[in-house]
Amino acid sequence: MIAFSAPPLGEVSLALALPLLLLASLAIAGVALVNAGLGRSRSAAQSMLGSLAMISIAVIVFALVGATIADGAAGPGHVFHFSGKPWNWAGTGPIALNGLALSPMRSQLALLFEFLALALAVLIPWGSGADRWRLSAGIASAAVLAALVFPFVSHWIWGGGWLAQLGLNFSLGSGFLDVGGAATVHVLGGFSALAVVWIAGPRRGKFPKEGLSTAMPGHNAVYILFGCLIALVGWLAWNMAGALLWLGAAPSALPSTAINTLLSAAAALAATFTVTRIRFGKPDASLCANGWLAGLVTSSACASLVSPPTAIFTGLVAGIAMPLLVEFLELAVSIDDPSGAVSVHAAGGLWGLIAAGIFAPQPGQFTAQLIGVATLLGLVLPLIYLLFALLNRVVPFRVDPDGERIGMDLHELGGGAYPEFVVHRDDSYH
Amino acid sequence: MKYAGLLVMPAGFFLSIAAILLFPEPTFRAAFVVCGVAVEAMGLGVAIRGHMAPKTGRHGHAFVRGIEGGEPHA
Repeated sequence: MIAFSAPPLGEVSLALALPLLLLASLAIAGVALVNAGLGRSRSAAQSMLGSLAMISIAVIVFALVGATIADGAAGPGHVFHFSGKPWNWAGTGPIALNGLALSPMRSQLALLFEFLALALAVLIPWGSGADRWRLSAGIASAAVLAALVFPFVSHWIWGGGWLAQLGLNFSLGSGFLDVGGAATVHVLGGFSALAVVWIAGPRRGKFPKEGLSTAMPGHNAVYILFGCLIALVGWLAWNMAGALLWLGAAPSALPSTAINTLLSAAAALAATFTVTRIRFGKPDASLCANGWLAGLVTSSACASLVSPPTAIFTGLVAGIAMPLLVEFLELAVSIDDPSGAVSVHAAGGLWGLIAAGIFAPQPGQFTAQLIGVATLLGLVLPLIYLLFALLNRVVPFRVDPDGERIGMDLHELGGGAYPEFVVHRDDSYH
Repeated sequence: MKYAGLLVMPAGFFLSIAAILLFPEPTFRAAFVVCGVAVEAMGLGVAIRGHMAPKTGRHGHAFVRGIEGGEPHA
């Protein structure tokens, strides 16, 4: 068994990676803002507090349990042999990050990247469960993802696991590539969102038994669109940090990664703007925001692997498909997904991963990417659904009807997000 | 039906894994992996249909988005 050897990094790369990772956390802030804005005003405080609480619990659980499984640097990992090939399925890292300060800087940076990736992944389903998913259930689901799902996926892809070694063991290009977390963050988060939507069900009154579906639009376009702008900064840094850490890219290659990220988001926004303009007569702000995010998600998979024209193409496809998929999921299959996470993160991430294989120059890379997609769809989604269904029996996901009626803020927190607007006379005018 | 769909999806995964073990030739390999993903997609379709709310309505739905308090596009 060959121990996983991470791409070597020079001192400049190491020095660059830390500030990039600090900036990458803005992507988390952006997604939290978008989630809050796309929910209703009476659930906005619960949305933002839930984001912080889920991140907090997830990172603690990951530090205590998950990092042990995800670790790819401490040793050869847990391996079984089948059909003459090694299958590395879990890491053998120290318990509770023991000895972290003494480990090489590259390992610490990789761990920080994983913490941020987990924080973003647990936020994605939170927006889909808006207005009916209980805070305690959200926190419990974040703990489950941090302990039992994310560490394995992260190890398989970033920790030298069997997906990363597809190139070595089966001559499939460079193995499954997920430089910016399209699989570990977005597809995982998007599938979690689908499981939550299935288990919690639609919001009360969303799909009446007779007649038309009810419109439940987001409450604050400024939050949504400003969240997109903040997310751009985070995504630029995120993709560059991923290219450094997981691809071993030279610092000179980072500007092209950032340019591709921007081009992908811009093309996706332009496409969604056009599609919604044609479809509804006016561009739709919340769908355009989703289109922008879909372009960024797509760029997570391929920004550091493709040329600028290809980045535009992948963004265009994401931007055209996303609003149509949102509409299909709501109208045709009754999926009530307020933040559009299934379309934006799951579908956008899958498209990016496949596109990275289509446009990669190495032979076999397309097959490697498809194996990764098959793993996410055939193994990770059923696993998440099973775990969440079991969790739902212990901590019910859905709030009671009264709580849904008065809003999650009042029901769960005892106060609303926005102070009562008081009209008063300004004495300075007199 | 939803559980049947979720059980079909791992079958597609194992089909994909079998493809890389059984077929050394890249074209066959890719073709069988695509078949595995197609099986998963079918399983996903069945699971989605299994989760659909029963409809007794007379019409379809009108898609609306927009922003709360504003005029949604119909």
